[in-house]
Amino acid sequence: MNKGTLIRCDALGVAYGAGFVLENVTMHIHRGEFVGIVGPSGSGKTSLLRAITGSLAAARGSVEVTRGTRIGYVPQVESVDWNFPITVGEVLAMTRTRRHWPRTSPSERAEMADVLDGLGLNGLEGRHIRELSGGQQQRVFVARAMFGKPDILILDEPTSGVDVRTRHEILHLLRDLHGKGSTILLTTHDLNGLASHLPRLVCLNREVIADGSPRETLIPEVLERTYGAPLHVLEHGGMPIVLDHDYRSSELLRDTERQMRSERETL
Amino acid sequence: MITIALDLLAPYDFAFFQRGMVAATLAGALCGVLGVFVVLRGMSYIGHGLSHAVFGGAAASAVMSINFFVGAGIWGVISGVLIGRIARQKIIGADAAIGIVTTASFAGGIALLNRYGQARKSIEAVLFGSVLGVSWADIAAIAAVSLAVGAIVLFAYRAFLFATFDPQVATVSGERVAAIEVILMVMLSVTILVTMRVIGTLLISALLVIPAATARMITNSFSRMLMLSPIIGAACCLVGMNLSYHLDTSAGATIILVAAAVFTATYLLAGRRARLRVASLHHL
Repeated sequence: MNKGTLIRCDALGVAYGAGFVLENVTMHIHRGEFVGIVGPSGSGKTSLLRAITGSLAAARGSVEVTRGTRIGYVPQVESVDWNFPITVGEVLAMTRTRRHWPRTSPSERAEMADVLDGLGLNGLEGRHIRELSGGQQQRVFVARAMFGKPDILILDEPTSGVDVRTRHEILHLLRDLHGKGSTILLTTHDLNGLASHLPRLVCLNREVIADGSPRETLIPEVLERTYGAPLHVLEHGGMPIVLDHDYRSSELLRDTERQMRSERETL
Repeated sequence: MITIALDLLAPYDFAFFQRGMVAATLAGALCGVLGVFVVLRGMSYIGHGLSHAVFGGAAASAVMSINFFVGAGIWGVISGVLIGRIARQKIIGADAAIGIVTTASFAGGIALLNRYGQARKSIEAVLFGSVLGVSWADIAAIAAVSLAVGAIVLFAYRAFLFATFDPQVATVSGERVAAIEVILMVMLSVTILVTMRVIGTLLISALLVIPAATARMITNSFSRMLMLSPIIGAACCLVGMNLSYHLDTSAGATIILVAAAVFTATYLLAGRRARLRVASLHHL
């Protein structure tokens, strides 16, 4: 697999007016990687994505997207107007603006069927987006991004506002896509449900606090610097689980910790 | 039976009615197409305000003896682009910006006509429309704008859809969303300009909103809404024009009343789901 760099942020600074929301951010995304950006609200995650996608200019340093790189952007489901009169087929076709006419060509329809089939959405072309389940709705926007044949898929909070089942579906879908060679960059608040399953995490709070595997980044020291509050980390099945600092007051979590400890001892 | 048919066809003996009929039907279809974008982008208030702004240009061109289409056209396009820019950049609240730009333009137009023009006649003709005053030049202007708008919307259909549905992602995908917005505002300004003599400044925003909102209740697909809305707009104008002759009422007002009746009937006959669709439209 070609390991070329697709996105290169070097000492990047981003500002709204006089106030910097990002400072000295250095992060390189290579082809074939699956990277998650984590951090608290207001840490600059969305600003970083906006700088990468070109909708926000760098005030300092630089952000470069390799020439010819096609970005497939998947917005937060919460930002989608679900009442807009649009079918699944129309959502996908809108990205192909080089073909101007409303009607899709036979080759487009075949490609569309392939993409939808690959994401488990076959036969839904004529359905309104609101008529789909939460998981299907998120998949439609991944499908739209994929239909544009992107070099990199960028997702803004893909599990925000979705239920547990949908979160699982999205995680499996993204793993599948990564397994098939897609490069993926996402932001997430979801440390346990999503971030801890990714191969590479960038912890962000105005600057890059840590960059590495979940085992390297989801550790109390890094998390405290990232979130500004003490967080505890347990390990279960080889995966880090992040707990709120006052978890000890919770009977349920105390039981969970006891159970995990006993499982570890048994192993 | 034959008498009734002859009575119904009687207005078609008059050349002014024929011209008014063609102009109104074309105007209905044109407003129907652009109304889809107006309604789905939550621009109903912009459409309303723009028609008032164009009135100022019409008054200024009448007073300065400049060609109506040139004077009001330049005024309208500048107002449209200005409103679009202020609304997008959020310099001040969009509603406040539209209110200031358009009502100032409207008030300026009335003041100019009061001071220098044949105030009452001109104001009434522009505010409420005048079928009697429709010339073949007006029809040619509406037809030319209809062809241009139809061609632009069809040719750049996907870009317009993308920028309307998801401007953020459209920008990321390389679409020139700002340029698309300017084109939309220019098309809207020019449409208001060429149709205001038939429908009137005060009623044109209703023709931009009602057919599109009715079409929204009938379909869940953007392409079908874009086909249905001009058909509804043209049909309302056709029926409204005929009714206005027989009821001896203002053509613009009758057209809007017919459109409102069609909307109400669709609302009542449509299921709960269809009613929810129209309830979800922004700023309607």
